[in-house]
Formats: sequence, C-alpha cells, structure tokens
Amino acid sequence: MNRAATVFRKEFRGYFISPIAYIVISVFLILTGWFFFSTFFLFGQAEMRSFFSLLPVIFSFIIPAVTMRLFSEEFNTGSYELMLTMPVSPPDIIIGKFTAAVAFVAVMLAPTLSYGIFISFIGDLDWGPVAGGYAGALLLGASFSSIGLFASSLTRNQIIAFITGMSFCFVLTLMDKMLFFLPEGALNFFQYMGAGFHFQNISRGIIDSRDILYFLSICFVMLYATNLVIRERK
Amino acid sequence: MIRVENLTRYYGGTCAVDEISFEMGSGGILGLLGPNGAGKTTFMRMLTCYLRPSSGNITVKDYNIHEHPIQIKELIGYLPESAPIYPDMLVYDYLKFVADVRNLEKARADSRIKELAGMCGIREVMHKPVGELSKGYKQRVGLAHAMMSDPEILVLDEPTSGLDPNQIVEIRDIIRRIGREKTVILSTHILSEAEATCDRIVIINRGKIVADGATDELKRQAGSGYIIHVSLRHGNPGEITQAFTGVPGISDVALAGSGDGIIDFRLACSGQRDIRPDIYGIIKNNNWPLLEFHRETGTLETIFRELTRGN
Repeated sequence: MNRAATVFRKEFRGYFISPIAYIVISVFLILTGWFFFSTFFLFGQAEMRSFFSLLPVIFSFIIPAVTMRLFSEEFNTGSYELMLTMPVSPPDIIIGKFTAAVAFVAVMLAPTLSYGIFISFIGDLDWGPVAGGYAGALLLGASFSSIGLFASSLTRNQIIAFITGMSFCFVLTLMDKMLFFLPEGALNFFQYMGAGFHFQNISRGIIDSRDILYFLSICFVMLYATNLVIRERK
Repeated sequence: MIRVENLTRYYGGTCAVDEISFEMGSGGILGLLGPNGAGKTTFMRMLTCYLRPSSGNITVKDYNIHEHPIQIKELIGYLPESAPIYPDMLVYDYLKFVADVRNLEKARADSRIKELAGMCGIREVMHKPVGELSKGYKQRVGLAHAMMSDPEILVLDEPTSGLDPNQIVEIRDIIRRIGREKTVILSTHILSEAEATCDRIVIINRGKIVADGATDELKRQAGSGYIIHVSLRHGNPGEITQAFTGVPGISDVALAGSGDGIIDFRLACSGQRDIRPDIYGIIKNNNWPLLEFHRETGTLETIFRELTRGN
C-alpha cells in the first residue's frame, strides 16, 4: 500500500508537470460554465441540478482524455519496464494510477463549488442535493477513470486508448436514453446498466445503496480487468 | 546467489530463450555476450521479473521469480537498454521517486542521491527534464536509478551503448568498482568491453548457452588453440578425416562443407608446435589436389564468431 501511495504521488504530480492538466481543466470549466449558466437565469431556480445533469456527457470525453496516457505512454516510452522492475506489484501500480486519476477529477470539480456559493447569495440553495451531486460526480468520475485506465492498458497508442475509453463511457451514459429502441423485456436490465440512470438518482440527493454499489462495481470490475491485461502482458 | 534452471521463453511461436541453465555465486562481474536477438535482454527481463518465463525457474538467494517477485526486485537494481526514463520528470524528482519506491528513509535518500550524482557525474543535470538529456547522460541517470538502494545484484543491459569513449571508460570503472563487492550481470555485444570488465563470460546464441567460463580461461583456450582451414578437391571425406585424425596436435577434425567435389575441413589444433608441415606432408603423400590452406589464431573474437556463426 505504501508503494501504491508513492505511485499515486508520482502520477498526480505528473498531471501538473505537463500543460495537459491545465488545458483539460480549462475546457471542462468553460464547457460546464457555459452550458449551466446559459439556461440558469432563464429557469430562475436556485439549484444545481442542470449542472450535474451535464456531467455524464462531459465526463465521457474529458476523463478518457485524462486517463489515456496512464499506461499507454509508459508502454510507448518503455518506462513501464523501469516501473515494473522496481519493487512494486502490478496492483500497486494500478491502484496508484487510478487514485491519481480520481484525485485529478476532484481537483477539476473543486472550482465548480464556487457556483454553489454564488447561487446561495442570490437565492435559497438547498445544499443537500448539491452535496449528493458532488458525491455522485466523484463516483461517476471514479468509474469513468477506471474505464479509461482499462482502455489505456490495452494499447500503447494514446489516441486509441482515448477513443476506446470514450466509446465505453458514452455507451454507459447514453444507454438509458436509448431505451425507446429496445424490446420491453430488456428495458429494466439496460436501464439499470446505464450510468446516467444511477447518476440521476444520486444527483437528486437520493443516496441509494444500489447506485453506490453500481459505481463501485464498475470500478472494481474495470480495475480487475486492467490487472488481468497487465498480467497477460508478461 | 543466482540459479537459473531450464529457463525457456517463447514469443508467440519463436523461442527467444531456450532451456538456459547456469549458476552464479555472489560477487564478480558476469558478461552476457551474444549477437543481436540472441536472447540476452529477454533473459534479463525474466531475471528482473518483468517477463514471465514460458517454463523453467530462476532462484535468487532463497526466492524464486514465480512466488517472490517483490523480494527479488528489492535485491536487484536494473538498467534496461537505453534507459527509458519518464521524459517529463526532472532528474532529481525521478531519483527521489526511485528512492521512495525503494523505501529509503528521507534523510538517507537525500544523501544517497547526492552520492550517486557525484559518482555518475550527473550533478549538473539534476534539475533538467530527462527528455532533454543526451543519451550518455540519460544512461548515467539510469545507472543511478539502478544503484539507488545499493542492491546486492546489479543487472545492466548494454550499459555503455551510446556513450562516447571517455564516458565508456568512466562507466566501466564504476562497474568494476561495484563488481568488487556486488554481483553484476551485464550484457554487451562489444567483445573488448567484456574482456576488459568481466570475470566470467557466458555466450548466448539463438537462446542457448554456447560457452561459459572465466574470461581468462576462455581467452587462454582461444590463445593456445588455433584452427587450420583446408580445402581439397577430393571425393572421399571419410578417407581424409581418417588421415588427419591420427596426427598428434590435432584435437578435432570437422567437415566444414562440401560441394562441387570440394571439401572444406576445419582442424582444431592445440599445443605450441606448428603442425602445418605435418598436414602438408599428408596431403602431398596422398596427392590430394590442395585448393586452400590457412591458419586462424584464436582470440575471444574467433571463439565468439565460431560459436555464433549462422546468424
């Protein structure tokens, strides 16, 4: 675990060495800020629901961009050989990289807390759903990070890792919006599999153990799959 | 210290390392020699637990690579070929990270990084990103990386490739100094380098060990023996083999090739006496038409060429 923490520190710092982190955070803030506030004053309601409802789609392409380099770059430069021949185990590396990506998502979300603060000045904001929304956003970010990490472990090409991760995230996000096309018997199943459905529940302020379990299982399955891929590379 | 047993590794259908077995005690420098693609790097990657063997085992002290990879990695410092270090990181940050992973205490880490910076001559590049360094400096940072925890075993894959002649001498000095106390395994395809630095040489060709011995011993073998090549136009190789086998001083008669009625022989000779007149006498007495006749004196290079021919 100690070594996973070392990997975490290196990866987290690594995000901020290159300009990518700042570009990604700027794009994220501009997109969410624009889409959220362009309708906020039309509705005239002091709540952040429409902000949270943007997140699944925006995360679907922002987070794979954050995670695409995690393994692909190492495979490509060969630094993975250095990393793995030091006394760390593949699970240490995976957990370190994963937590670094989640921490990066948290850093990316942090400035949007100011939206809540500004809204509470001009209206009566209920902080309950906002707190739930952030908890949900972190869970969503964590599961998308695990998907992105998995996609990154599959290839040494960052662009392929990005597109694979993004497709996977979009499918999960849009699955419950496409229910119209599906046969009736499969509706419940596909609705339950969609990330959008579970995220909506949490962002409404309802903390249901099923939703939490859903996101945690995505993380677990994806990290486990990453571990298998990494072991297979040997 | 290190025991390798029937180690085999396949990449898909190709066999990179084929049933290698040898043992090594602690201390000393072992040189792995071989042409490109002989399996040197693959062997080192298995020793450092980066690759898993298809079959076979390596034991380091009491640990084996299948069950205790972490303990083995703690014992080994490894410099992969061309030192692929994170290009965005500063040299100092990278060495700090390595010290962290190697569980060095904070105070110890600082002093060790300073020590290594002096030893490897990288003091002036400590605050540059690794990606901006020249190949030689990168190689030195890689060496510092490998030596960070003062490991008992140092594994270096072509440590001097890409260095200028002065740097090569420096790095060799460092390696020799380390080899006095620690166990060093290095791979190279530069023979003079192996001759100059290694106590023991293992030559690998096509995944198999073809020679293994102390450097001096191999050199002596190469120096005392020599090879005579004879080409004759004659129909019966058996008759010729028989005639040469009886000559004192010839240790081995081998048919090197035949075709178009021409037969090539390789006669391995030992001893100080020049037996060329004897051989010529036999040829003359039998009236075999002689096409070619020359002697090749042995060096490490001839041994190497001899053993790794056909690549």
